[in-house]
Amino acid sequence: MVYVVIIFLWTAILLYILLGGADFGAGIIELFTSRANRPRMRKKMYEAIGPIWEANHMWLIIVIVILFVGFPKIYTTVSIYLHIPLVCMLLGIIARGTAFVFRNYDAVKDHMQKIYTPIFVISSVVTPFFLGVIAASAVSGQIDLHAQDFVSAYVFSWLSWFSASVGIFTVTICAYLATVFIIGEAENEQDRQLFTRKARRTIFIVMAAGGLVFLAAHSEGIPLLRWIFSDVPGIIALILATISLVITFVLLLRNKPIILRLLAGFQVTMILFAATYSHFPDIILLKGGDNLSLLTHQGQVKTMETLGYALLIGSIFIIPALVYLIYSFQQKRGSKEAH
Amino acid sequence: MDDFLAARLQMAFSLGFHIVFSCIGMVMPFFMCTAHYLWLKRKKAVYLDVTRAWSKGVAIFFATGAVSGTVLSFELGLLWPKFMEHAGPIFGMPFSLEGTAFFIEAIALGFYLYGWNRFHPWFHWFTGVIVGISGLLSGILVVAANAWMNSPSGFDLINGQYLNIDPMKAMFNEAWFSQALHMCVAAFVSTGFAVAGVHALMILKGQNVNFHRKAFQIAAIFGTVAACLQPISGDISAKDVAQRQPAKLAAMEAHFQTEKGAGLIIGGIPDTAAKTVKYAIKIPKALSFMATGDFNAEVKGLDQIPQKDQPPVAVVHYAFQIMVGLGMAMLGLAVIYFIALFKKKNWAESKWMLKLFVIATPMGFLALEAGWTVTEVGRQPWIIYGVMRTADAVTPMPGIAYSFYLFTAVYISLAIIVSLLLFRQITMVDKLYDSSTDKKIQ
Repeated sequence: MVYVVIIFLWTAILLYILLGGADFGAGIIELFTSRANRPRMRKKMYEAIGPIWEANHMWLIIVIVILFVGFPKIYTTVSIYLHIPLVCMLLGIIARGTAFVFRNYDAVKDHMQKIYTPIFVISSVVTPFFLGVIAASAVSGQIDLHAQDFVSAYVFSWLSWFSASVGIFTVTICAYLATVFIIGEAENEQDRQLFTRKARRTIFIVMAAGGLVFLAAHSEGIPLLRWIFSDVPGIIALILATISLVITFVLLLRNKPIILRLLAGFQVTMILFAATYSHFPDIILLKGGDNLSLLTHQGQVKTMETLGYALLIGSIFIIPALVYLIYSFQQKRGSKEAH
Repeated sequence: MDDFLAARLQMAFSLGFHIVFSCIGMVMPFFMCTAHYLWLKRKKAVYLDVTRAWSKGVAIFFATGAVSGTVLSFELGLLWPKFMEHAGPIFGMPFSLEGTAFFIEAIALGFYLYGWNRFHPWFHWFTGVIVGISGLLSGILVVAANAWMNSPSGFDLINGQYLNIDPMKAMFNEAWFSQALHMCVAAFVSTGFAVAGVHALMILKGQNVNFHRKAFQIAAIFGTVAACLQPISGDISAKDVAQRQPAKLAAMEAHFQTEKGAGLIIGGIPDTAAKTVKYAIKIPKALSFMATGDFNAEVKGLDQIPQKDQPPVAVVHYAFQIMVGLGMAMLGLAVIYFIALFKKKNWAESKWMLKLFVIATPMGFLALEAGWTVTEVGRQPWIIYGVMRTADAVTPMPGIAYSFYLFTAVYISLAIIVSLLLFRQITMVDKLYDSSTDKKIQ
């Protein structure tokens, strides 16, 4: 049953990056859109993410619940040593979740929008940045359980070039997902070209940020290259991601929005797979070489069983409803355009 | 400020904030669906207007409740890691199920908010009902998790190790039913009175009277029915607390000496040093009856509880008195309102009745916060009652005071913005929603 739980954990993380990421990306690309195009972009984004907006950050809650029920030692270690970046991410989540609703549901559209919008846009960058920082800090061996002073226990557990570069990489991935996603929402040729240009530019930025991660890892002595290239599945995942990126680049010139979305999702899945495969079942690498593993630090048998069943039963309700939600809004939009 | 106090205050603020937003987010969908149902049945435009206006409120409160709930799920670990390390696997079951219920609520809300004119009208209405039901379910589940802290079960503590974990038994602990019932009814009372009060004020101001009158009626009926049910659930809770947490009951009542045929203390100022309550009204034998159903039964006093295991008496006593007092006031108003509905029609239209509802606007939420203080402060010094002390659960990280200031500032600014948003929704009723007629639309 522990493997069922781990699959749910991994899938929830993936879906948070994919769906939540596209949603963060919406705020990020708003930041990098010219003032003239911004209202159009914002309207498209709102229409696209509005219906699934509330469901998106549920993936994060599922991740948290799985961790504290099934792997409490891992949850508490992260909570104690990564307290500061977690608080930063939380502030981002609060600011973003509320600013989005405020700006769309305020009865009067006036100068208050000038307050909501920057909060929304800035927190759209801050949240995935710290998400990346937290993920990187967990695997980079910075957490020191024997640290004696505040700075080495609670600051250097996450403050490093490597963590920062992964944070930036996460932000660019979110932007990339959003730019690819929105191409399919374009209703006219002019919009489509605008969004396509944006997507192509973002691909280069993602690749640059990815390079930055390797540089930072190298400078801090983190064997990132060995992690990824020592396993065959890791190498295959990376090759597939690269091939599909090339295909994406070619297809951007043609009008194939659905395939583009699938390819972008596939690339991110492969990156997450390559990043997690080499460590599995370890999830937190500690300073001094110790690791926290999903298998040795799991809860008692009965806990894991009930958690597994709760997740399975939950998904029976959630998945069809969510699929129907996304499908019906895509469908209705399609038929609206046809008329 | 020391870290332990800061952590407790931050938790208290976060919960105190979340509880208001989640209660409104949980109950408003029922009001909204009632208005929506009346619109579908009677085809009067005003019901559609009310439904649409309330759905905006639901969206705002849902989002704020959801983010503050997300924050809480992290704060459990950020502030109380030692607690979560042991408790997580035991009381996690209701949280896992709550995740599902909450997820469904979020999906249903997506259908509802964006589904106008896209789906069959009754399917669309049904998604609104699902929002309400799954919201209520997630509320029950979260309270069941909290109840476990008051009534830990489903594990054996052997040599400091939590063994033989049974998550189902932990979820259906002895306190879950009485606590969940009391909380859900409280949510209906507080939201009902708050919403009714706001609409009553607008009627008194003479703005969009038809719109606000319809809205007022729906909210007032929900609130007043719940207010009449609350004493029953309160009685169930009192008997349950008396049995399981005598220290909490003793603190609630400032009941210092163990005695048979104990009297019920109303009001007063507890003096912990002298172990007396000054200026209180005392009803002979009533406490024994309330706690056990027997006028002459013995009720355990604080004298039988070691000093180090006693909750802060004054806070719990005052909070309990406030909760009961406000509850009684709302019950009284509910009774008057029902007389007006069934016997004296002219009362229902009168200004004094509306004014009473305006006065009662904040009462439900004040009672709710007071009741929550009784539950949580009354459990102290334990985080898991009788098993783990709150002081042993706090994070080792220093500087929590800064985190407390930060989150307090965030919550205060959120409360201000949400209030502003609601104020603007209400003042814009004229332009956005009110078609101001009872005319039927075909």
